[in-house]
Amino acid sequence: MNIDKNLYTLKYSPDTESHLVPVKEDCKLCVSRCCTYICPAGVYEWNEEKQELIINYENCLECGACRVACEKQSLKWEYPKGTKGVTFKQG
Amino acid sequence: MINREEKKTDVIVVGAGPAGIACGITLARAGKEVVIIERGLFAGSKNVFGGAIYTHSVKELFPNFETEAPLERRTVEHNYAILGEKDATTISYKKDGNGSYSIIRAKFDRWMADEAKKAGAYLVEETVVRELIVENGKVIGVRTELEEYFADIVVLADGVNSLLARQIGLRKDIETKDVALSVKEVIKLDKDIINQRFNIKDDEGAIVEIFGGPMLGMLGLGFMYTNTDSVTIGLGVTLNELVKANYRPFELLEQLKNHPKIAPLIEGGTLKEYSAHMIPEGGYKKIPKLVSDGVMVVGDAAMLVNNLHWEGTNLALISGKLAGETAIEALDDKDFSKKSLSRYEKKLNQSFVMKDMKTYKDLFDVMHVRKKAFLDYYLRKVNAFFEMFTSADGVPKRENYWKFIKSIFTDRGIIELFKDVFAIIKLVWSILV
Repeated sequence: MNIDKNLYTLKYSPDTESHLVPVKEDCKLCVSRCCTYICPAGVYEWNEEKQELIINYENCLECGACRVACEKQSLKWEYPKGTKGVTFKQG
Repeated sequence: MINREEKKTDVIVVGAGPAGIACGITLARAGKEVVIIERGLFAGSKNVFGGAIYTHSVKELFPNFETEAPLERRTVEHNYAILGEKDATTISYKKDGNGSYSIIRAKFDRWMADEAKKAGAYLVEETVVRELIVENGKVIGVRTELEEYFADIVVLADGVNSLLARQIGLRKDIETKDVALSVKEVIKLDKDIINQRFNIKDDEGAIVEIFGGPMLGMLGLGFMYTNTDSVTIGLGVTLNELVKANYRPFELLEQLKNHPKIAPLIEGGTLKEYSAHMIPEGGYKKIPKLVSDGVMVVGDAAMLVNNLHWEGTNLALISGKLAGETAIEALDDKDFSKKSLSRYEKKLNQSFVMKDMKTYKDLFDVMHVRKKAFLDYYLRKVNAFFEMFTSADGVPKRENYWKFIKSIFTDRGIIELFKDVFAIIKLVWSILV
């Protein structure tokens, strides 16, 4: 299932830099890489070739699940800047 | 540091959700200077919940909200749907005026924030508080991306993630078993179609609380709410289950939407908005420290959610109100110490908020251990019973009954059955006594 059609319903004001910053060395050693499947917006993808996470941070719904679930507990997670990120019109 | 006094206010509230606004308006009405700092474009723009607010608690803060606030539908029916893989058993309770309304958070929270502004609170939007300013162990203000603001008291209403409560050690890191990850969709449908499908009138609403289905065997629940011209459907599953089972939350929701009991209710609708949010599920035992010198924690940041009864916003509103009242007393006494602010904790303990949290203190522990029983086997068995009871297949009824009874002993096993019964007795005892 592609989550993109769901994300099209949202209003985003993307920043130019990511508010989600993983520790690359930890990601390489991570067993579950659970962020790549639990994220409700599909923000994280694993790039096998480069051995690093692709982070589509502009799709983030700011729920914080990745931070709590991060196997290495090392994901640097903060809220996007005040004028940035997702806006829910329904909620 | 020169302009510290210029930038000082009585109280800073971080977060304009129900808890933050309730706190802010309580202070503003008492003539105190209060600044509410919200990271979204407007109050409500980062907020997500299931779908209903409870009249009693909202009235405590907004006595006329029923005529003034943007409401969707007045709940007249609660449905409890127990889903098997392909079948379902539903219990339905209908009574008008039983005390809740469906709302759209973006509209309702904005309305509440406007009321707070009218009462004299300052609302600063599009501003993220990055950290608390602590001096000699006392919280004295907040640091945003651009500025520092100072206050006698800072109230943390910054939601389930509460990075600020964590910063000053009031809470530990959340564990995956103590939060549910919830995804939901608001689906646009004609008003008349909603009325027909849910058997309600224009301003009447129905709630469906969903057990089982794609969540069979997991600590997770689904929900539906009717809005004026849309239907909300969502589910929340404990995060550790999603991690363990390798599930994508939106795929579970898709399965729920395709369940034969649910699909006809949303057929032909178009997706208006998709959203996700975490719900604190740790219960009483996971409530963080609520006060320290110059600071109080309210709402989701304080993990105040009664998961069995689907209550969160009302606990948020009341905790915010009680923190506001405590702040008024502290300001009058000019005492912002932990001891002075611990009156908030006492007030909470005396209110239904903490009493309910205590009542269900063991619920999630039991459910974590016995979920394969209570959120899988017995849900299936309820449906199996009705499948047997409603079938007319030429098999004598007595034979069917005995087969059904026997099956419980053979597929569950006598020891597990004893454990289930014991768990229920223990749980009911902990709730009642």
